[in-house]
Amino acid sequence: MFEDFLYLLRRNGLKVSLTEWMALVQALNENLHEASFTGFYHLCRCLLVKSEADFDSFDRAFLDYFRDVSFQQEVSQDLLDWLDRPNAPMGAYDEQQAELNETLSTLEIEQLFQDRRKEQREQHNCGNYWVGTHGMSIFGNMGMSPVGIRAGGESTSRRAFRVAGERRFRDFRQDNTLDTRQLQAALRRLRQFSGLVDLPPTEFDVDRTIQDTANNAGRLKVCYKKPRQNTVKVILLMDSGGSMEHYAQLCSALFQAVTKAGHFKDLKLYYFHNCPYTRLYTDPTLNPNKAVPVSWLLSNLSAEYKLIFVGDAQMSPHEIFDPFPVPREGEPSSGLNCLHLLRERYRHTIWLNPSDRPEWGGEWTESYDAIDRLFPMFPLTVEGLEQGMRKLLAR
Amino acid sequence: MGEFKGSKNYVASEELLRAANIAMVLQKPLLIKGEPGTGKTMLAEAISQALGKRLIIWNIKSTTKAQDGLYVYDVVQRLYDSQFGGQGVDDIEKYVKLGKLGEAFTDEEQVILLIDEIDKADLEFPNDLLWELDRMEFHIPETGRTVKANHRPVVIITSNAEKELPDAFLRRCVFHYIEFPDKELMADIVRVHYPDINDKLLTQVLEAFYKIRNLPQIKKKPSTSEIIDWIQALQHGGADVSRIVKEVPYLGVLLKKNEDIDMLRRNWR
Repeated sequence: MFEDFLYLLRRNGLKVSLTEWMALVQALNENLHEASFTGFYHLCRCLLVKSEADFDSFDRAFLDYFRDVSFQQEVSQDLLDWLDRPNAPMGAYDEQQAELNETLSTLEIEQLFQDRRKEQREQHNCGNYWVGTHGMSIFGNMGMSPVGIRAGGESTSRRAFRVAGERRFRDFRQDNTLDTRQLQAALRRLRQFSGLVDLPPTEFDVDRTIQDTANNAGRLKVCYKKPRQNTVKVILLMDSGGSMEHYAQLCSALFQAVTKAGHFKDLKLYYFHNCPYTRLYTDPTLNPNKAVPVSWLLSNLSAEYKLIFVGDAQMSPHEIFDPFPVPREGEPSSGLNCLHLLRERYRHTIWLNPSDRPEWGGEWTESYDAIDRLFPMFPLTVEGLEQGMRKLLAR
Repeated sequence: MGEFKGSKNYVASEELLRAANIAMVLQKPLLIKGEPGTGKTMLAEAISQALGKRLIIWNIKSTTKAQDGLYVYDVVQRLYDSQFGGQGVDDIEKYVKLGKLGEAFTDEEQVILLIDEIDKADLEFPNDLLWELDRMEFHIPETGRTVKANHRPVVIITSNAEKELPDAFLRRCVFHYIEFPDKELMADIVRVHYPDINDKLLTQVLEAFYKIRNLPQIKKKPSTSEIIDWIQALQHGGADVSRIVKEVPYLGVLLKKNEDIDMLRRNWR
């Protein structure tokens, strides 16, 4: 029974398992869809989809698969207006026509309807050919033909399509850009408990001491456990000003999420404009009085820090490729060189990009591609952030 | 088993009713997600009232462990008792106290078990409950007793999506996402709370409320409980009905963040 639908859903990225599918089959046997199509839609959704973020994918797959189940073509507004006359008198009943209509298959009727829809230019009622009301025609509503297609008027069989077609859950899709809360949820992935790292058990374990002492008939037995703390240290480097103004709200959300996350062992936050050169700034206005040299960062923050860049990676090529006129000893010699140095020092580095690869202006793509080659780049969306976090945690 | 059709204190959408009934017939936990203030917790109360069954609420906190819901073996009490020569120290059963889940299993009648805000607990929490929720039984090694459900409780689980729930857990649930009610449903909900509310007041209130909610700059959107409070404030304060949309009196009841209030005062027209 529509196993294809299961595979279609799985192809659309919904992780529907056999357990859920069997539950659906059982539910159908129990008639939980109440023999209605809308009921079937709701039943499928609440058994097969487990996150509102997937509702939209589900809606699309559902529309795609059940498109041909019953008639669901678009009907023009003109036609609907012509058909909207519920209290008009009935036309004459024609037995011959009724018999003739009955010989048509559903497919033929649908084909005829398509043709008629293209031809019809005005209102026709009480007849047996055009789409209209109160007549012997196989199309329209309030008619007397024993078979046919209903167009306009209230219909309940098509409600499932209407509901799915509205795609109300579009906003919940995971590739949407995100708010602080979602960001925080994604950032929580970035933890690595020292419990997983091999450490000696040094922390006094109250619960187990009590338990073991009691089991030991009251003679004290002291237990220790491995300390369980997040060991992740993060350096966040944010592009500020210029083309980034456009993403100010998104970046501020990320900033709040990161600073509120509070579960990192250490968090260092610096700003740059377009590309870090010799200095990084501690405030978003890029005040030169509050800057630290990149070389200080490289020598003082150990390689276990995880480095996250946030920027659109778009600038004119000279801003990233041109060497500095007077390079100083022990300092980066160009923007790209600076990025290289950071990349080499911090093995776990990602670049989060709020914008897509520019499709216009060749030189903007140049800097984008150079950075894309150097760092694993992820879009600043829920999905992108999660992938990025996974990348950062990979050993 | 009875069918849930909403109750006189709880207005539910058709989809929600359907999901609740599917979960009850299939004997699977019903997982409810939704914006805060859409009545996730209220649903369990409404179902328990409608079906006339007792409701057991297990409130999850960040420190809650799965074990707490099953049983707690009070070793410390036993140790005390043994040192001071208390009675019945040999009887371990006396020190085993059932948790909420255990309580739900051992009840004489079928009960409704609400596991509220499951996402508050540790990431592994739902996984630790898989077996118990599937088989509706658990074993107490200390006494060698197996607690088995007399009647399979109707399990309702709510989540605010603070943490993602494990796939294995989700696979066993019936899922429903409560959307924020539209104007019509909201009017019904308000009427449940204020049966004799003035129609004009209601229209004005709803208009202002949805206008505020739809402002993109709002950080914390007002929810159902806020509109209920707001109406109460308006009725008590005797605000001029015709000026509600224009002036939004008692704004502090609707909006809880300073930035939002300032923003609204600047941009409201």
